[in-house]
Amino acid sequence: MDSRLLRNLRKLLGAGGVLHKPEDLILYEYDGSVDVARPDCVAFPRGTADVVEIVRLANRHRVPLVGRGAGTGLSGGALAREGGIVTSFARMNRILEVDVENQRAKVQPGVVNSDLSLAVAHTGLHFAPDPSSQKACTIGGNVSENSGGPHTLAYGVTSNHVLALEAVLATGELVRLGSSAVDPPGYDLTGVFVGSEGTFGLVTEIGVRLTLLPEAVKTLLAIYDSIDDATETVAEITARGITPAACEMMDGWTIRAVEDYVHAGLPLDAAAILLIDVDGLREVVEAEAEAVADVCRVHHARSVRLARDAAERDLLWKGRKNAFGAAGRFSSSYYTQDGVIPRTKLPATLRRIGEIGRKYDLTIGNVFHAGDGNLHPIILFDERNQQQFRDTVRAASEIIEFCIAMGGSITGEHGVGMEKDRLMPLLFSEADLDLMKRVRGVFNPDGLLNPGKIFPTSKGCGEIYVRPQPAAAAPPAQA
Amino acid sequence: MTAAGILSNLAGIVGSANLITDPAQLGIYGVGRTAPKAAMRLGSNQEVAEIVRLAAAEQLALVPVGARTKLGMNIPLRGYDLALDMTRLDRVVAYDPDDLTMSVEAGIPLRKLSEVLAAHRQFLPLAVPFADRTTVGGTIASGVDPPLRQFYGTARDYVLGMEFVIGDGRIVKSGGRVVKNVSGYDLHKLLIGSLGSLGVMTKINLRTFPAPMSIRVFVACFDSAQEAVGMRQRLAQSPLRPLTMEILSPLAAELLSGTVAARTEPGELPSDAFPRARWAVIVSYAGIEKVLGRYDRDLRQTAGAAEITTLGEEPTRIALGRVREFVPIALESSPATVIIKMSVLPGRISELLEDAAVAAEKAGLSWAAIARGVGVVYFALLPEAKNDGARSRVDNVIKDLADACGSRNGNITVPWLPDEWKSLAAPRNVHRTDLDLMRKLKNVFDPSGTFAPDPIASWK
Repeated sequence: MDSRLLRNLRKLLGAGGVLHKPEDLILYEYDGSVDVARPDCVAFPRGTADVVEIVRLANRHRVPLVGRGAGTGLSGGALAREGGIVTSFARMNRILEVDVENQRAKVQPGVVNSDLSLAVAHTGLHFAPDPSSQKACTIGGNVSENSGGPHTLAYGVTSNHVLALEAVLATGELVRLGSSAVDPPGYDLTGVFVGSEGTFGLVTEIGVRLTLLPEAVKTLLAIYDSIDDATETVAEITARGITPAACEMMDGWTIRAVEDYVHAGLPLDAAAILLIDVDGLREVVEAEAEAVADVCRVHHARSVRLARDAAERDLLWKGRKNAFGAAGRFSSSYYTQDGVIPRTKLPATLRRIGEIGRKYDLTIGNVFHAGDGNLHPIILFDERNQQQFRDTVRAASEIIEFCIAMGGSITGEHGVGMEKDRLMPLLFSEADLDLMKRVRGVFNPDGLLNPGKIFPTSKGCGEIYVRPQPAAAAPPAQA
Repeated sequence: MTAAGILSNLAGIVGSANLITDPAQLGIYGVGRTAPKAAMRLGSNQEVAEIVRLAAAEQLALVPVGARTKLGMNIPLRGYDLALDMTRLDRVVAYDPDDLTMSVEAGIPLRKLSEVLAAHRQFLPLAVPFADRTTVGGTIASGVDPPLRQFYGTARDYVLGMEFVIGDGRIVKSGGRVVKNVSGYDLHKLLIGSLGSLGVMTKINLRTFPAPMSIRVFVACFDSAQEAVGMRQRLAQSPLRPLTMEILSPLAAELLSGTVAARTEPGELPSDAFPRARWAVIVSYAGIEKVLGRYDRDLRQTAGAAEITTLGEEPTRIALGRVREFVPIALESSPATVIIKMSVLPGRISELLEDAAVAAEKAGLSWAAIARGVGVVYFALLPEAKNDGARSRVDNVIKDLADACGSRNGNITVPWLPDEWKSLAAPRNVHRTDLDLMRKLKNVFDPSGTFAPDPIASWK
C-alpha cells in the first residue's frame, strides 16, 4: 500500500492504531461468512474526529474504505472486497448516555450488543434486537445490516429501535440524522440508512430506544416426531393471531449437534423441536402459553414442556444461540443460508430443503426463526472436497431460488453483502437497482465506501458468490 | 406541446371519461388556494407512469391525491398543473390472512381495507384523522401519526415494501412482502411522510395485525398538565402496554364533547367521558377478561388520587374516534385554526405544555392540546377571527414554540394553518446537517421536479 497513506494514518492514530503487516491483516480478511478479502491496512479510530480524518485520507489517496464492527457478519459486509482501509470500531465502544426515564441510549458503534443490555439491566430495560452473535457483534454492525434475532418476532428488528445516527459520509462530511424525539420532520434518512450495509457512511454515534423487560416470560419446548408437524404448528400459531416473543425451530440433526455440546436435555430421537417464548403481562403470558401449547398438541407434539425456571430457560436458549457453533464440531466447514418465506410456506419449504439435501447427498441442518419465516439452513461440507463444495453452493442457490418462488426474499437479516449481490436481479428490476444505486450516490458519490457490495458487479447473474477455494485448480482430494 | 395537445394526450392515456378539466369540478383538488388545470382518475400503475413521463417532458407540476382529506395540510408546492387522483386504484392485490401480510393499491380507502381484514379478525393500526374517508396511500404519504402508535408504531414499522413511480416515469419497488427482509435499501421508508414529493405510490405491502378484542377506555382527570404527565410517566415504567395513551388539555376535552365532535363522530357518550375544565389522561387497552381486570386495577393505581371513569364498549369506540379526529374537530372550531405539531422526549412533555400554554395565553389566543404518550403534542391555536391581529399573535406563538422545542432537542412543524398564513409555517433557525442530503434525494427521485410538493423547499 501507499507508504504516505500509512504514514499519515499512523500520525493520526499512533503506531498502535494501524495494522498493515500481512500476519496482522489475516485476522481482518474474513468475517462470519465463507468469503475472504484482505485489506491493505486496518485503522482504529478513537472517536468521531479520527473517523472524519480517516475518510479524508482515503479520499486524498483514493482508496476504498470499509467499516467493521466485530466481524461476525455473514455476507461479507465488513470485508475489503477491493482492498483499502478497514476501519475497525473496536476502540469506539463507549455507552455515551443512558436516559432511563425516556428509555433511550446513545452509544458508539463499537459497543457490543449484549453489553448495552447488561449495562441497563438494573433499570429494568434492555436493547431488544438480539442476534445470535449478540455477545460479540456490535451495535454499529447491527445498524449497517439491520440485524434481527429470535426476539425480533415481537419486538422488531434494528431499524425499529434506532432513532438517530451520527455518521461520516464518504466525502468526510459529518451528518446527524433523525432525532431522539420521535417524528423528525423531513425524509426518514435514519430509516433508509439502517441496513445500508456500510455503503452510505461510517456510523459514529447511534441513538437507540430501550425497551422495558417483560414482567413475565414463559419458554415452551415442543417436541415432534415429524418436521411437518412442527412447521404446521408455526403456521397455525401465526394464523391464530398469537405473536410469541420468539418462535424458533431446530430439526433433528441440529438437536443432536446442540445437545452433544450444551446438554440441555433435548430429545436425541426427535425430528424437530420448537422453542417458543411468550412474554408480557403475567395474565397475557398465562393465556398465550396455554394457547400455544394447545396448538402444539393439535399438531401432534410428542410433548410440550414448560421451562421450570430461569436456569432451564437460559439453558434451552443457550442451545439455540450456540447452534452454529455446535455445527462446527461436526464439520470442518459449513455454509449458513438466510432465506425468507411467507410463514404459511414453511412446511413446503422445509420439505424442499430435505429433497435438495438428498439430491446432493449433503447434510443440511435447520435452525431458524420460524415465527418470521426466516430460514437458516446449515449445509455441512468438507473444504478439501471440491465437488462437495460446488454442490454446497448449488444446494444453497436452489434453496434461495425456492424462497423467491414462494414469494420470499434472499436475505432476512444477514445482508446481501458480497455473497448475494448477484442474486439481487432475481428480486429487483434494473430500474429498482438503478434508483438504489443513485440513492447510494447521494451518500457515497464516488463509491469509495464499501465498494463491490449489494449490487451485482459482474456477470453470472443469479448465482451466490463464494470465493474460489484455495485448491480450486487441484483435482478432487478423493475420488 | 400546446395545452390542447397535452389534454388530448392525457385523455389518450386515461380515457376522456377519467380526465377532468371543468374548473367547477377541479375545486375539490385544490391545495390551499391553488387548483390544478386538470385532474385524472388513474386506472393502473402504467397509466401513472405514462402521465408522469408526459408531465416530466412538458414540465408540468403533479400532485398525487387520494381521498383529498389531507390537502388542507401545509404542503409547499412549486406549482400545480395536474392532480393524479388515485382513488380508482383501490384493490386488494393480495391478502394472505394466515401470513398476516397484504398488498394493496395505494388508493384503497382505509375503511374498505379494514372491512376485508375484519372478516379475518385482523386490522391495520393506521387510523388517522378523517379515518372514514382517507386512503392508505394518502395516509402514509401524509405522515400523520395514528393514536395506535403507542402500541403498534407508525407506518415505518409495518410497511414491508412498496411500488412507486418516480419522477422520470419509471415504476420501481423496494422491500418485499415478507415480514423480515434486508435485501436492498428500504427506499419506501423515504416515501412515508414525503407528501408525494418523491414518487407516486401505486402499491403498498403491509403487515396486518390480529384485531384486539374487547377494547376499553380508562379516563383519569387531573388539575394540571404536570399531574397528568406524571401518570403517563408512571404508566411508561409499568408493565402495562396500552394501545393508546393521550393527555388532553381542558379545552381539548371540551371540544371532544362539543357539537362539532358530535357531528364528526356521532354517538352517545356518558357526561363524564371527557372531563370539564380539567386535564385528562385517556388510555385504551384490550384483552381477555383477566387482562382487562389487571389493567383496570393497575391503571387505578397509576392514576393515584385522580377522579377516574371507565367506558363501556360503545362509548369506548366513540371516545377513541373523537380523540383520533381531534384535528378535524379543532379545524372546525375556529375560523383560523392553527395546528402545531411538536415532539420531544416524553419526560419533557410537561414542560413543553407549560411553555406552550404560557405562549398562547400571552398572545391572548385560546388553545387546546393533545399529547401522545410517545412524546408528540398537537397544539391547536383557536383564534376568534382570521385577521391581521390574529396572524401576528399566531406568529409570536409559533416563534416561542420553535424556541421551546429547539431548547429541548425537539421538533416542530405546522401541518395545518389558514392558507393566507402559510408563510408562518416556514421553519426558522433550522440548523440541520442533513438538509443537503434531503435535497439531493429529492433530485434523485424527481430530477425534473415533476412532483409539485416540496416539503423541504423552504428550509434554510
